[in-house]
Amino acid sequence: MLDSTIAELSAALTARSLSSVELTSAVLDRIDAENPRLNAFLTVEREAALEQAKAADARRAAGENGPLLGIPVAHKDILMTAGVRTTCGSRMLANFVAPYDAHVVARMAAAGMVMVGKTNMDEFAMGSSNETSHFGPVMNPWDVERVPGGSSGGSAAAVAARMVPAATGTDTGGSIRQPAAFSGICGLKPTYGVCSRYGLVAFASSLDQAGPFARTAEDCALLLSAMAGHDARDSTSLDRAAEDYSGDLERPLKGLRIGVPHEYVSQGIDDEVTRRIYEALEALLRLGATRVDISLPNVKLSVPVYYVIAPAEASSNLSRFDGVRYGHRAESYTDLNDMYQKSRAEGFGGEVKRRILTGTYVLSHGYYDAYYLKAQQVRRLIAEDFKRAYEQCDLIMGPTAPTTAFRIGENVNDPVKMYLNDIFTIAANLTGGPAMSIPCGFDADGMPVGLQIQGNYFQEARILNVAHCYQQVTDWHRRSPQGLAS
Amino acid sequence: MSWEIVVGLETHAQLSTASKIFSAASTAFGAAPNTQASAVDIALPGVLPVLNEGAVERAIRFGLAVGATISRRSVFARKNYFYPDLPKGYQISQYEIPVVQGGSLTIRVGDTEKTVRLTRAHLEEDAGKSLHEDFHGMTGIDLNRAGTPLLEIVSEPDMRGSEEAVAYARKLHTLVQWIGICDGNMQEGSFRCDANVSVRRVGDTKLGTRCEIKNLNSFRFMQQAIEFEARRQIEAIEDGRSIVQETRLYDPDRNETRPMRSKEDAQDYRYFPDPDLPPLSISDAWVERVRGALPELPEAMHARFQKPCAADSRQYGLSAYEAAALTASREHAAYFEDTVAALGAGVKYAKMAASWIIGEVSAALNRSDLHIADAPVSPATLATLLKRIDDGTLSGKMAKDVFDTLWQPPSADGRRTKPSTSSTAGGEVALSGQIGSFTTSMTVDQIIEAKGLRQISDTSAIEAVVDQVIAANPAIVAEFKSGKEKAFNSLVGQAMKATRGKANPGQVNTILREKLAKS
Repeated sequence: MLDSTIAELSAALTARSLSSVELTSAVLDRIDAENPRLNAFLTVEREAALEQAKAADARRAAGENGPLLGIPVAHKDILMTAGVRTTCGSRMLANFVAPYDAHVVARMAAAGMVMVGKTNMDEFAMGSSNETSHFGPVMNPWDVERVPGGSSGGSAAAVAARMVPAATGTDTGGSIRQPAAFSGICGLKPTYGVCSRYGLVAFASSLDQAGPFARTAEDCALLLSAMAGHDARDSTSLDRAAEDYSGDLERPLKGLRIGVPHEYVSQGIDDEVTRRIYEALEALLRLGATRVDISLPNVKLSVPVYYVIAPAEASSNLSRFDGVRYGHRAESYTDLNDMYQKSRAEGFGGEVKRRILTGTYVLSHGYYDAYYLKAQQVRRLIAEDFKRAYEQCDLIMGPTAPTTAFRIGENVNDPVKMYLNDIFTIAANLTGGPAMSIPCGFDADGMPVGLQIQGNYFQEARILNVAHCYQQVTDWHRRSPQGLAS
Repeated sequence: MSWEIVVGLETHAQLSTASKIFSAASTAFGAAPNTQASAVDIALPGVLPVLNEGAVERAIRFGLAVGATISRRSVFARKNYFYPDLPKGYQISQYEIPVVQGGSLTIRVGDTEKTVRLTRAHLEEDAGKSLHEDFHGMTGIDLNRAGTPLLEIVSEPDMRGSEEAVAYARKLHTLVQWIGICDGNMQEGSFRCDANVSVRRVGDTKLGTRCEIKNLNSFRFMQQAIEFEARRQIEAIEDGRSIVQETRLYDPDRNETRPMRSKEDAQDYRYFPDPDLPPLSISDAWVERVRGALPELPEAMHARFQKPCAADSRQYGLSAYEAAALTASREHAAYFEDTVAALGAGVKYAKMAASWIIGEVSAALNRSDLHIADAPVSPATLATLLKRIDDGTLSGKMAKDVFDTLWQPPSADGRRTKPSTSSTAGGEVALSGQIGSFTTSMTVDQIIEAKGLRQISDTSAIEAVVDQVIAANPAIVAEFKSGKEKAFNSLVGQAMKATRGKANPGQVNTILREKLAKS
């Protein structure tokens, strides 16, 4: 049952061969069994989940039949969940109980999804390995010596370890796609503005976007249909007609032009990763797609641009964590400045402090033009690269990350090496376009490889369509890690 | 060696929207602490700002009223600093591209008219309040005010001295209320000014080093603070010291300014465009809609009131002084125009109404601490009273007596009381204060009857009195005849006294002169 996709579970629930209470109980038991090993969940809401499952079963009994009704979901602990602790993986909010639901959380609840708990993450989503969490690292279910990716590492590991069929993540610089790739599952970052950011604790406001994790593209489509939608409380939320992302999954790929940027398949990339990507492309060509070689000359600047803009916004966004109204406050202090300094020094971990310092620096008088303004200019150049590319092709493909999952502790003392792990994912955050990672094989160590599919604005349905067609002729997404509790 | 004082003002006008600039919480003043602070105002994790269109609309109104450029695209920026009453750790303001750019205000000091240029006006949110008393060594935070919309209006350093600065501040204060964007309440902090003051020797073209003076919460304090600060700077320079650019606080109790922080302490606010808010875009159509709904502005009305009187023109031929006094607020102007409309056309009536409103009505308002909108004597009632002067029923002095009776004194519990109906002559008088459908002429006339105030204009009656006065005062008559004009006034006084002031003074004059010439 726990190996089933959302679509399969939904069919069973509709056929009444399974109840949401049965499914949710099984999920909770799997979480209890696996979590001590993987540390994917920070909070498990057993009783509340079973109550929600009961309510979902009652809605089914009353004739309701939504595809997500009664399906368990886990939320990344950066999304506000009313009455439930929301930590952002930080000591700063270790005891913070959210007083309201994030828009995406509320929408998924309205669709009847059962919230089983909150997942571990890099502190305030700053990290690519889930090692910056105040609550300890998450272990990769494929190899517990390795990281699951980050920052949404808990959600990715939870779905990969069949602890839950669906989870939410947030993606500021690859934080959904890279953990999806490292954990051998699917993860989609929608177009900026498709999902409301209301209730998503801001890291970098112009880059943050929530999205789904699941094991198939079909499931991601179901989840995105529930998550997406205009929200008047978010001024950057787009007011556009509701879209059924599941409607076009079977569309044939004949005529599809796949752009392959040579920058994405050249040096610095693990050979096995490159090979898996080419194999995936060949599979798609066999389905009728054609390959177009393209160039994105400015994409190489994505990482430095990102590491100016994201910390700049973060340094301001995280100012509200001052110990005055909520969150961690130092036990003793001599005056106001001492309270600020101690509370923030104790409440934030090293990576968060590094980014606050970087962001404060690049916004400072005399440096703003050279860093922040310049970065915004390059950001526009990168967007223009993509605009030109989409005149030649429909989608752009390449590896999600240059390597498979690395070992826990391997990169913690080399932030630049850690940051370079996001070289392929960050551009989609800078441009705002949609992008997805899907499993496309394994390396010699048995670690999953992710194929990144990027599209022009609002091309989520096309991306999901191509991913779905690929998954009809491959079974990488069906593989599950060894040694899971039964 | 003479000095020139140079002043520029930065004014924060709280915009009169019902809800805050980025949240739906109420902006009403005086609620219990933190009861009007929403999730957005207290900056819970995950919340986002949504711009209140009403605040933008008011900014446009202001821009149009001062002849400024309305930026079709302006940008909200974050001003980053830590303070306990600043919940987000940054204030959302406008920095590089404000919504209003340029514009000017015309001020008058004495007979001199002057144009003060505006630099800009931008939208921003207010912070909360830190309460340092009553918490025994701790600080209380009230976030009710956090997120209240403000328009910061920045002038060029165009004022020369405290009088011009105060004239500008008053003009601005009138204007923001006139166009309905701010209630102008300085006690509640709805209209706050900071003054940038510098001095230079007359003839110098370069500006001196300025100091910014804060805490000027009345026009009187503003005047005193600028005068003190200018004196301080002049003395320093004359003593060979230089002025340090700094922010200073005015202490009204000691009438002095004290340093708050120097430029060296100035924080780096790390402004950058707020990524939570798309650039504010204002369409031509929106600007035109706002323009179409603007009331006649004080300057236009001031000019119109002075134009020669013509039938149905709503031009009154007033003096500049009268026009200025009657355009002190929209309510003043409406009171005047309503009075004239009820009284009749013609420069005589306009002057009469102007003189009464600037004189008697203003004095009565001051005495009873009322705003003209709450005046117990309505324009229609005043017009009726003035008609009784015009038709000779009342002398000016009698009319003032009737006016005082019409003016319902405020009851013991303060202002804005409903007139009571218990007083004797005031029984019906009281009701005249209520704007409504009463035939107020009855009330004025009833007072005249009740008080026996009707003026004696009957020639034979006055002749009889004058004869008596001449007969009774031969000595004074003799003085008059010997050329002492003063003696004449004495005889008029006797005649008025004999009629207990009711004789028509003009007629007494004429008849007395005639009789004296004959006698």
